[in-house]
Amino acid sequence: MKEIIRAAFVIARRDFTAIIYSKAFIFFLLGPFFPVLVGIAAGSLGGQIAREAAQPVVGLAMTQADSQKLIAARDTLAVNMGDHYFTEMKIVGDPAKDGARNPQDYLKKKEDNLSVVVTGTLARPVVTGTKRSVDRERADIELLAASALNPGALKLPDATADIVAETANNDKQLRTVTAQGGQILVFFLTMLLAGMVLSNLVEEKANKIIEILAASIPMESVFLGKLLAMLGMALLGIAVWTSVALIGIAILGPNLPSYPTPAVGWPVFVGLCFTYFIMAYLMLGALFLGIGAMAATVREVQTISMPVTMAQLINFFFASYALTKTGQPIEVFATVFPFSSPFAMIGRAALEPTLWHHGVAIVGQIFFAILLLRVGVYLFKKNVMKSGSAGRVKDNGKRKLFGLITVKG
Amino acid sequence: MYAIEAKGLVKQFDGFRAVDGVDLKVPRGSIYGILGPNGAGKTTMLRTLLGIIDPDEGERVLLGSDRPITQSRNVGYLPEERGLYQSMRAVDTIAFMGALRGLSLKDSAEKGRMLLEEAGLGYAADRQIRQLSKGMAQTVQLMGTIVHDPKLIVLDEPFSGLDALNQAKLEKMIRAQASKGVTVIFSTHVIAHAERLCERIAIIAKGRVSFDGLVSEARDRLRPQVHLETETVDGPWRSALPADTKAEGNWWHFTLPTSGVEPLLTALVEGKAGIKSLSIERPGLHDAFVAIAGESVAAEMDEPVAGELL
Repeated sequence: MKEIIRAAFVIARRDFTAIIYSKAFIFFLLGPFFPVLVGIAAGSLGGQIAREAAQPVVGLAMTQADSQKLIAARDTLAVNMGDHYFTEMKIVGDPAKDGARNPQDYLKKKEDNLSVVVTGTLARPVVTGTKRSVDRERADIELLAASALNPGALKLPDATADIVAETANNDKQLRTVTAQGGQILVFFLTMLLAGMVLSNLVEEKANKIIEILAASIPMESVFLGKLLAMLGMALLGIAVWTSVALIGIAILGPNLPSYPTPAVGWPVFVGLCFTYFIMAYLMLGALFLGIGAMAATVREVQTISMPVTMAQLINFFFASYALTKTGQPIEVFATVFPFSSPFAMIGRAALEPTLWHHGVAIVGQIFFAILLLRVGVYLFKKNVMKSGSAGRVKDNGKRKLFGLITVKG
Repeated sequence: MYAIEAKGLVKQFDGFRAVDGVDLKVPRGSIYGILGPNGAGKTTMLRTLLGIIDPDEGERVLLGSDRPITQSRNVGYLPEERGLYQSMRAVDTIAFMGALRGLSLKDSAEKGRMLLEEAGLGYAADRQIRQLSKGMAQTVQLMGTIVHDPKLIVLDEPFSGLDALNQAKLEKMIRAQASKGVTVIFSTHVIAHAERLCERIAIIAKGRVSFDGLVSEARDRLRPQVHLETETVDGPWRSALPADTKAEGNWWHFTLPTSGVEPLLTALVEGKAGIKSLSIERPGLHDAFVAIAGESVAAEMDEPVAGELL
């Protein structure tokens, strides 16, 4: 065991140094900022488009007096309900001056951008528009018409605000948001790193170093060393990203949305997220290493990595779904099934204060990661390192993909 | 004592028996050649012996241990497919390989610099592998193979891809290691290398070892060849020539009779054959290989890859 650890650190040190001195590491560090920048850009662009898009207007084609009363009632109620609560109103006609016109004529005028036209009287308003528009505006127009008919009759009391941070009623719902945030963060970090472990091992095989490593140290050390190197790189990355995030919080702090406090408290939750990230990474990394070790070519790795990524996505969605089913069999299964366990347990940490569950889960996950590592080593020794005629395409043009599936050429 | 012992070793891939019941004994301190054509199973056998892959059947004992990886600190291995980290410096490469075998990085780097100096490559110690020529990179890998002073060195097709100068250097290194009591095993498909270097050889074809022993024993399996030139081409002396004699003008080629050369000489002199020349040629390893492995296997041997010398 001591030798396995010693040798693993030799590999980890080499890989870690090689990675952080490579150009790829810069891109790795910048990686998470791209989605953030794209999100900000997309949000800003979307906002601009929304602002620039013509807003719908309610056209008033009642008598001048009724129209003005309706607008006055809108302005009065907007004080309490907010200026954006009611759609903007515009007088587009007056039957006393224009004569009786078909309301649809007003709707055809593109420059007015009318969603509905109100005709008739305040006592009996007629709302003309598409069903969707009429459904949206009718109740507001009825409210405004009632208020306009009896100005001053509708008095809204001034309620005193008494703000609390959380309530028992909606704690779970709010904490689910925290849980989802933790799950998404850990999932993306895990996927990013596990993919890099796979590429690293394939590169090793392409470099033909793997045979020297396999002859010198136990394969367990090679696998473990590579996992540790990537983990080290991840921790360095997390340190950098956290620093940037803290700077961002310091600058934007008051404007950032606040997440509800998780059931286990923030310090423990962050610690558990970190631990589950490591566990999820170790398990997925060990799985990817096993796949990478068995694959004979880069093409084989590409062939299998997509379905594995898809499976991992399904696994993540499964864990997210289980969030809403705390204590039910499906959620218990999600916490026990090794690949979904870290994500499901993050959910538990956000929703349930019990801590011993986490101890059991982490021990189980460590055990499974070791098992995966050993299976990977076993399959490597069984299926890889075929030389000459033994490992290449056979006379009948067939060979075994990953040593398991017979494929042509 | 043996550096390596194997008994009934079998390794198969997808039903193909790459190693098919190999028995082998490599004495400590010997230079041992594994001879066989490409695809004979040499590399798989070496990998199995070293514990890189596990056999499906049979036993192997490497430096007294049936778990070869536990002896890795005492073993140096140069694989057939050379591989190095291209962005690593030459000295760091050697240091890394030494660290894999249990040395500290510092000691390994110091030893690496010394070895590079000895090989005349001291000036390239701080260059990246990608900046070195192929021959220099191979030398660096070889230095990495011996940096930890192993008791057993295993070289898989070590001469492959080397020019004449580097082949000579490698032969010198192999002899130097053997003189220190290190066991050196190398595989090759070029018989001349084995003939020059080895005390013992194994001949392997189609995954099976058809001979394991001293080079002299292999050669002794064939009788020496006699090449005789006479002044006359006919006479009573002709009856003294063995039955397998082949005639080429006044040249006669035949296997040395078991009775020796003296009765034959007497018959030639008394029969007035007029001996112009007579030579007795001990069979070379190539002849022994043909006799042991067969013509078809031998035909696949000694076909040097481009740039490779015999």
